[in-house]
Amino acid sequence: MLRYVLRQMIVMGSSLLAASALIFSVVELVPGDPASFMLGTGAQPETLAALRQQIGLDQPLALRYAAWLGAILHGDFGTSFTYKTPIAGMIAERLQVSLPLALMALALAIALALPVGLYAAARRDRAGDGLAMGTTHLGIALPNFWFAMLLVLVFAVRLRWLPAGGFPGWSDPLAALTSLILPATALALPQAAILARVLRSALVETMGQDYIRTARAKGLTAGQALRRHALRNALIPVLTILGMQFSFLLAGAIIIENVFYLPGLGRMIFQAITQRDLIVVQSAVLVLVAAVIAVTFLVDLAYGAVDPRLRRA
Amino acid sequence: MIRLEGLSLAIGRQPVLDSVSLDLAPGSITGLVGESGSGKSMTALAIMGLLPPGMRAMGRVMLDGQNLLEASEPDMGRIRGRRIGMIFQEPMTALNPLMTIGDQVAEVLRLHEGMGRRTALDRARERLDRVGLPAPRFPLTLYPHELSGGQRQRVAIAMAIALRPGLLIADEPTTALDVTTQARILDLLKALVRDEGMALLLITHDLAVVAGMADRVAVMQGGRVVESGPTGTVFRQRSHPYTRQLFSASRYSPVRGPRPAAPPLLEVRDAVRDYRLPQGGLRALDRVNLTVARGESVGLVGESGCGKSTLARVILGLDPLQGGRIRLDGQDVAAGRRMPRGLRARMQAVFQDPFGSFDPRWRVDRLLAEPFHLTGRPPDWRDRVAAALAEVGLDPGDARRFIHEFSGGQRQRLAIARALIIRPALIVLDEAVSALDVRVRAQVLDLLARLQADHGLSYLFISHDLSVVRGIADRVLVMQAGRIVEEGPPEQVIDAPRHSHTQALVAAMPVIPGDWI
Repeated sequence: MLRYVLRQMIVMGSSLLAASALIFSVVELVPGDPASFMLGTGAQPETLAALRQQIGLDQPLALRYAAWLGAILHGDFGTSFTYKTPIAGMIAERLQVSLPLALMALALAIALALPVGLYAAARRDRAGDGLAMGTTHLGIALPNFWFAMLLVLVFAVRLRWLPAGGFPGWSDPLAALTSLILPATALALPQAAILARVLRSALVETMGQDYIRTARAKGLTAGQALRRHALRNALIPVLTILGMQFSFLLAGAIIIENVFYLPGLGRMIFQAITQRDLIVVQSAVLVLVAAVIAVTFLVDLAYGAVDPRLRRA
Repeated sequence: MIRLEGLSLAIGRQPVLDSVSLDLAPGSITGLVGESGSGKSMTALAIMGLLPPGMRAMGRVMLDGQNLLEASEPDMGRIRGRRIGMIFQEPMTALNPLMTIGDQVAEVLRLHEGMGRRTALDRARERLDRVGLPAPRFPLTLYPHELSGGQRQRVAIAMAIALRPGLLIADEPTTALDVTTQARILDLLKALVRDEGMALLLITHDLAVVAGMADRVAVMQGGRVVESGPTGTVFRQRSHPYTRQLFSASRYSPVRGPRPAAPPLLEVRDAVRDYRLPQGGLRALDRVNLTVARGESVGLVGESGCGKSTLARVILGLDPLQGGRIRLDGQDVAAGRRMPRGLRARMQAVFQDPFGSFDPRWRVDRLLAEPFHLTGRPPDWRDRVAAALAEVGLDPGDARRFIHEFSGGQRQRLAIARALIIRPALIVLDEAVSALDVRVRAQVLDLLARLQADHGLSYLFISHDLSVVRGIADRVLVMQAGRIVEEGPPEQVIDAPRHSHTQALVAAMPVIPGDWI
């Protein structure tokens, strides 16, 4: 297992390096140069020159990449062109909202999908299965902002149990968590629907395997065979989907962040793009890519934990 | 004692089982033989109460005065695994890949006896020792993928007998195994019946296995038991025509004319094939030499993992060699692009699985015409497809059908037709008749012999089954661990083997006693 972990870590490290080079060079490929892009077409030549010098465009490419990477490794992402504040701080602040939001949504999605998938697989091709799968179809078809609006109407406007939006900050953890419940639920519902369908089909396929027949011949009921033997074997495709969903939840929550007035990463990136704040975009993308690679690494470790055959490889 | 009385089962109006009656007495082995679809496995599943959803068996399955067909599902859950154990054909897939063998055996004990994990694992240890997986070499913490097929089948047996059930049902328990492994598993089953006094219902298509094992035998055809009785009596008398057919088909060898001496077609010289594996290198072929002459049939036998299929792959130019050379018609065979299409068209292959060898979305004419991409499709290709179909005994009108509309034997005929269509010189048959029932196998062997005589084909006939090779090969090669260890005419190799490995293979080969024939 140790060798497996080490190998995955090497894979993760090299992917990160490759991604950083790619992100850096994409910014270099912007027509003109980053400075003229950021300032727009009507910029004064002096301002342009000043900016070029400020972001170090007068240096050779390889040197700039090395300097950029070195600074990032020390936690220095540079300074935002629009806000004149350190980007690292901005991202950290936004992550305080986006990370808990994504984690909550993911936990909710799993908590919903697991029983639904198990139930549908156990009642395969019967009325319960049809109802559960019909519901998940609806869950996938309806956009999450529709759920968001519905949740606000019911739980904030009508029942007044939960806030309709905004984020009070982590100084009051309870209030912070409360304010994330509705957005996390809205994000989680479509993901739960996808996850439940994947889980069901993986379970149904696993239930057709020979070792399930062996389990039944040992005296296990169909339900016991499903929970004890099929579930773990069905986890591999579920883990794959789960990994992809987390990456989406981290950065793809922009609409939900807007609906609930949450100062998250998605909104920050959106604003940075509209303001042509290229360094912020670059840094945020790097952080997101790092998060995705880290999640992939965790998913690979989970594969290894689930399946002893993979540990050898 | 378990007694089946008038066990019947139908899918819609189609009868699957028709009044099957059997007595399964403690300490005795009952063989249930018949071809695929005769209802053998359905009988077993009906006893276990594990029929596919929607199927209900009629009649009675009596265990201690209780009719199991009327038992509730929770009651059946208590009977399965405790009173009746079952093992299946495919040991490679019969175990949960994610659970240790110790936990899988212990699960039976925990489920039925409510034992704690520790106690159950202690008992599992003892049961695994009993089935020939002793503690030092086979710790409880092993996973199925760390075991061979035979070892996995032993684990499955340990699970099935963990609670010393009164009846063990073994559904083709050794069909997927090598002869030597098969012999050891059969010995184990025999010893278990003797020592633990259980009844064994041994389901198999192999009459020779039954001959060496069973006290009584029942022959099934079309869902009915057509003949039953003490094994020796049934085998000697063969009073039912179906029994006679099975009997002669299982010992069948096609009539083949004398073969004139001919120049070599295929020459393999000092072939070496290495695989790189995580745990180190593996030499799958270790300086293999063989020749196949024009019009000759060469049989290649050996246990799984000995390199048979690797040899087939390198001969077909699918895998590269690390040493030596292969020549067909004097031209070098090399894997990859360097191999000219004309040379590739000189050889074709037929593989074991008649279900997996065809694209299910293509029609027969397209499937059969596929090898034409090597030679260019002639304008009269449809006539050639029709001719090929006729030649393998199928209807030219089958050309527009899909593969799922054919039986296993018909599919193997289609595979042969596909190989024949571009008139190759050599056909590599890799376990091509192993998945077929004996009567179908006899027909396919006849077909192969006729085609060889008509077209002067050469065959490389790869099989783990010595008795099949005997009937079709002019020469037999025995392979072990990547080397050819013995070579000669079939009579000599099988009746008077010289190499110790061949001797072991022959000794393990199940046979019907001479005085029963």
